[in-house]
Formats: sequence, structure tokens, C-alpha cells
Amino acid sequence: MQEKYTLELIQKGKRVDGRKFDEFRKIEIEPDIVKKAEGSALVKIGKTKVIAGVKLALGTPYPDTPEEGILIVNAEFSPIASPDFEPGPPGEDAIELARIVDRGIRESNCIEVNKLCITPKEKVWMVFVDLNIIDNNGNLLDASSLAAITALLHTKLPKIEDDDIIRGEYTGNLPVVFKPIIVSIGKIGNNLIIDPNLEEEEILDSKLSVAVRDDNKICALQKQGSGTFEFSDVERMIDLAIEKSRELRKLVV
Amino acid sequence: MSKTNIQLIVDGKRIDGRSPGELRPINMKVGIVERADGSAQVSFGNTTIIASAYGPRTLYPKFLQESDTGILRCRYMMAPFSVDERKSPGPDRRSIEISKVIRLALEPVIFLEEFPRVVVDVFVEVIQADGSTRVTGINAASLALAMAGVPMKDLVTSCSVGKINGTLIVDLNGKEDNNSEADVAFAMIPSKNKITLLQMDGLLTKEELHKLLQMARENCMKIYELQKRALKEKYRSD
Amino acid sequence: MDRKVVLPGEFLEEKKGRKLGKGVYEEGGKVFAKVLGIPRISENQISVISLAGVYLPKVGDRVIGIISNVEISGWIVDINSPYNSFLPLSEAVSEFVDIYRTDLSRYYDVGDVIFCRISKVTKNKLVQVSMRDMLSRKLYGGIIIKITPSKIPRVIGKGGSMIQLIKQKTGCNVYTGQNGVIWIRGENKAKAIEAILTIEKESHIIGLTDKISKLLGGEK
Repeated sequence: MQEKYTLELIQKGKRVDGRKFDEFRKIEIEPDIVKKAEGSALVKIGKTKVIAGVKLALGTPYPDTPEEGILIVNAEFSPIASPDFEPGPPGEDAIELARIVDRGIRESNCIEVNKLCITPKEKVWMVFVDLNIIDNNGNLLDASSLAAITALLHTKLPKIEDDDIIRGEYTGNLPVVFKPIIVSIGKIGNNLIIDPNLEEEEILDSKLSVAVRDDNKICALQKQGSGTFEFSDVERMIDLAIEKSRELRKLVV
Repeated sequence: MSKTNIQLIVDGKRIDGRSPGELRPINMKVGIVERADGSAQVSFGNTTIIASAYGPRTLYPKFLQESDTGILRCRYMMAPFSVDERKSPGPDRRSIEISKVIRLALEPVIFLEEFPRVVVDVFVEVIQADGSTRVTGINAASLALAMAGVPMKDLVTSCSVGKINGTLIVDLNGKEDNNSEADVAFAMIPSKNKITLLQMDGLLTKEELHKLLQMARENCMKIYELQKRALKEKYRSD
Repeated sequence: MDRKVVLPGEFLEEKKGRKLGKGVYEEGGKVFAKVLGIPRISENQISVISLAGVYLPKVGDRVIGIISNVEISGWIVDINSPYNSFLPLSEAVSEFVDIYRTDLSRYYDVGDVIFCRISKVTKNKLVQVSMRDMLSRKLYGGIIIKITPSKIPRVIGKGGSMIQLIKQKTGCNVYTGQNGVIWIRGENKAKAIEAILTIEKESHIIGLTDKISKLLGGEK
């Protein structure tokens, strides 16, 4: 019932909550919300809420990058967030979301991983970014990516003494030089909509998520949903994503 | 993070001797798994994939059934011996994401609404991995589905494109995949000119991306001819 | 020589007002194949006969089923389809049966083979079969083989010519179900099976009748 109404409105050029097609819901970003984490942020997009927490640990580097730190991104679709999330290990959607956020961060080179080496080939910083969905009201990916980059920007490097981490004492910030922003664009018929909420997500034909770096280069793309795109759709979506990413980036401080 | 500074293109030739716009030698054979409803083996250079399709068949457990439409289930797996360092068997996060992405690449062409409450299963097994496994898998899966008699709008054709040492290339092999500046997985419905899979990671300007999409489309049309030939060959009399 | 094989997505013709049969679809005023198969174009219909694929029940089809479950007021019948079918008591037995005191297995038991008619198919493909007509019957003895359902018409042949040939030359009793299930009873069933499987494998090749004739020839 709801879906049909939502669709009819869109075909008439309107959205249920009155937004324009290229308008985000109200976005609130709150950094440093988890004191135990080295970095954290709560992001609300409309009623969608995601917390990103960054924890640092020491580990051995990968053999082919002996002087680089390691990034690991995980996402939990906690049952507290939605009646559709089941308890248990991450399902394909959670895994996909984590991997897309990871690619946005990794491919943009926004973390200077060569500054995270403590002893080459032996010890490097491992940066764990954990995304916890607190409330699912659509567009989890954009919210998660905002939370992740905000948390990383606010992440402090703990002091190390004799190979031990002294939690609570810090030597500086995690070296972050870019703010990659993910913008997801939904397609319904010929219409492109920004920030689909939960009801709109149900009726999308398909969706393209675009990760954009500060210099407007694209660092990740992921088509989602089982519909199709025309080639011209992709061009429009990328232009829109680049434009919107600039807006969102201003909110990340 | 940072890719090793390997020279992947020297004097306009890639490490395997190809020019930037050249596909690897392609081999396609339909019907190689006796027990599957449909199956195909596809190789692009040293990447070899076997895909099997089953169904439509009854779906258990019942709660997974959708009352007004069938569902497509897809599983992408890498054989432990398919890569340099043995990969332990079983799904990992990458395989789970790739399984989802392959399913979404194939779903748009299948007339699932003709089979309420029922499932079509597609399995994609990487026998040997040398880059571009998921796109090769989609090419094989399309053949397997067609052979199984699953009603489809068209085949789905897939290829990889990307950028190495500043040059835009087609059909990335393993080394290129690991060291690329960007790599794109792409699939389309050839006769309708519609895109069903688009994934990219790396760094590209939007102009480079548009050029790559055109290259992907041109090469998919070539691969499509090979897919059609492989299917027709199976049904020719000896 | 082969009959021409078409692939899913292959363009067949501009939409001319012919009825669209199985195996084709229309888009943008053009007709395309939906399955891998042989196109069949007649004056008023265009369709593609699939070379593979499962059986989808249709009302009126005559099928061979195997009882897979005995329930309280009927039986579950396996009709070689992703969809099971139900044979209600009222469609199977004409006498009055007190279901509270009778175990229905005395009429049809698990494993029994029946030649029946698809009497109802709902939108969600819930299927009901019936034994209540002259042609339906239980099939005793014999063995079952399954072939691609779309090839049954080839096994039957024009006006029944192929199936007659097989029955005559092997002396077997043969029933064919539109669901791809074939029941055979007789001493020479091995020969009949060989013929049928050859037809299935080479259904797209012209000159099949002669080949089968030769295969069966010299028997009986």
C-alpha cells in the first residue's frame, strides 16, 4: 500500500516527506561520541542512525606492503536497528556495505598508511573501523561512510611504550588527508533521487553508489539493486554525486 | 593501499604482450557438467570458470518462498587451488559480496515472475584465477542459464576494464588487477544496451570513466558473439 | 541438417498481430525468443519450443504422476515439476469414503503411478489433479523415464506416428505425459527406452523418423 503511494507521488514529481529529488534529509554529525574508542562519530540522516567507532591495535603488516598500516572495515546490522535485521554474523548486505565503505577510504588514499609503520616488516598500526547501524530508515551506506570518515578525522594515535599501547595517552592524530564521500542515487523510472528513505528504497529500480574524493575523482562505484541503467543514467548519476559530495563534505569537520 | 610501482605497460605492450584494447584468448564450452540442468566453462586467458544452473526447482525452506515470483540464488566460490596462496575453502566476505553482485547482474533478464515460489540456482566456481573472475563467471552463468531452458530476455555479457600506468585497458589479468590504478567490473544486456553490473575501485576522473564504459560496451558486444556461438555449437549435429 | 536453433534475446520478427505462444516475448513492437529452442511460426501464432526446461502445469494437460504422500483427504502427487500437485479425494474416488475410518492408502499408495489430468492451477501455481475422467487410470507395473517436457510432442510424432512406431516395433505399452514423464511396460522396454532417449537427444535434427525406424527395425 505504502509502496504504491510512494511510487505514485514520485511519478508526479513529489516525495512523501516533501523533499526535492536532489535533497538530503536533515543530517546531524556528532564526533567523539564513544570515549573508549580512539575515534568515533554518530551520524543521523533523517531517522537513519549509524555509529562508527575506530579502534587501533598493533599488528604485523601484509608481506607485500611491509611499511604500511592496515585498514579493516566491518559493519553490523544490529537487530536493534530494524525488525528485518536478524542476530548473527553479517549477512551479504552488511558485508557489501562494509566493503564499499572500505573501498571509498582505501582507494582514495585518505589515510597516509605509510605513516602508520612502527617497525618495518614487523609492526604497524591496524585501524579497525566498525560501523554499527542503530536505526535503519534507508540510505545506510551514505550515513555509514559519513560516520566512518568523521570518526577517522577525529582519531587520535595512542602512545606506545615498549611495544605496548598506553590507552588514554596520545601522540597525535591519525594522518588523514582526504575526505571521500559516498553519495547513493536511486533510480525510479527516469527519476534520480538522492538519499532514498526506507519506503523509497523498496520501490527503487536500482541504485548507484559513488565515492568521490575532494578533487572530484571517483574512487569507488557500486551498482545495487536488480534493475538496469542506461549509459546516460550513469553519466547523470555521476554528475549528481559529484555535486552532492561537495555539499556533504562541508559537513565533515 | 598504495600499489607497487610496477611497469605494466612497456612500449604500448602489456606484460602478456597485449595491446591496451585487446582481450585475452577466450574459450567457451556449453554443457560440460552432465548432472546440471545447464552448465558452461569459460576461460579468458588463464582465468577459468565453470558455472552450473539448476532449476527452476522447488525452494526449501518454505519461508524463503515469494508467493508471486521466483527467486534467483547465486553462489560464487573459489577453488582452494585456484590461486597462488591456497585459499581455504568456504565463503569469505569477498565471495559473499561477489555472489550478491553476480546475482544482481543476472536477475534483470530472467522472467522470474513466471515461477512463483520457486528458485533458480546458479553456482560459479573459479577453477583458476588470473584476474577478472567475476565477469568471466557472469559470462559462464548466462550460458548455463540459457542451456537450462530458463526464460530470459537475453544473455548477460560481462567484461573488466581499467587503468594501468595511466593507460585505459580492457580485460585485466591477475597482475594488472592487483596493481591497477582503477578496475571496473561491468555487465550489460547486449541487445537492449542496458547495464546490469557496475563496480569500480581506484581513482578515475569522470571523463576516464565514461571512456572506460564505452570500451566495456564495445568489448561486451564481441564477447556476446562468442557466447552465442558457443550455445549454437552445442546444438549442431555432428 | 538442423532445424534452426534460436537463443534467448534473438529477434524473431516485427509484431504482426500473431498470437504469442510459449517461449517468446514482445518488447517495443518486436518479438524475441525467450528460451533456447526451435522457433515455430504459423499463420496465427509464433512460439519457440524450448530445448530444455521444466514442466509448468497447465489446466487440461494429461500427465503421469507418482504419489509421494498420503494425506487425510487426498494425496500429494509428484508431477515432475517444481510444483507439487494435490489429488483430492473427491477427484479420485467415486464412492463415499469415511475419511475418519479409512486410510487413503488403500486407494493410492506412495509410489503408485497415475495417468491423470491437471484440473486446476492457481495464480501462485498451486496445482490440483483429477482422476475423474475416462482416460485417467492407475498404471501398474512398468517403469518410468523422464525426458525434457517440451520434447514429448516429438516422441508422439505427427498424428501419433512416432509413438505408434515405437509401440508396434517393441510391443510395449507406452503412456506419455505432457510433463515429460513416460511409462513403459513390456519385454522389449530397453529398445523403447533407447528410441525415446534418442528422440530426446536429437529432437532438433531433421530426419529423425527414419533414424528411429532403423534403430527399431528388425525387432519383433
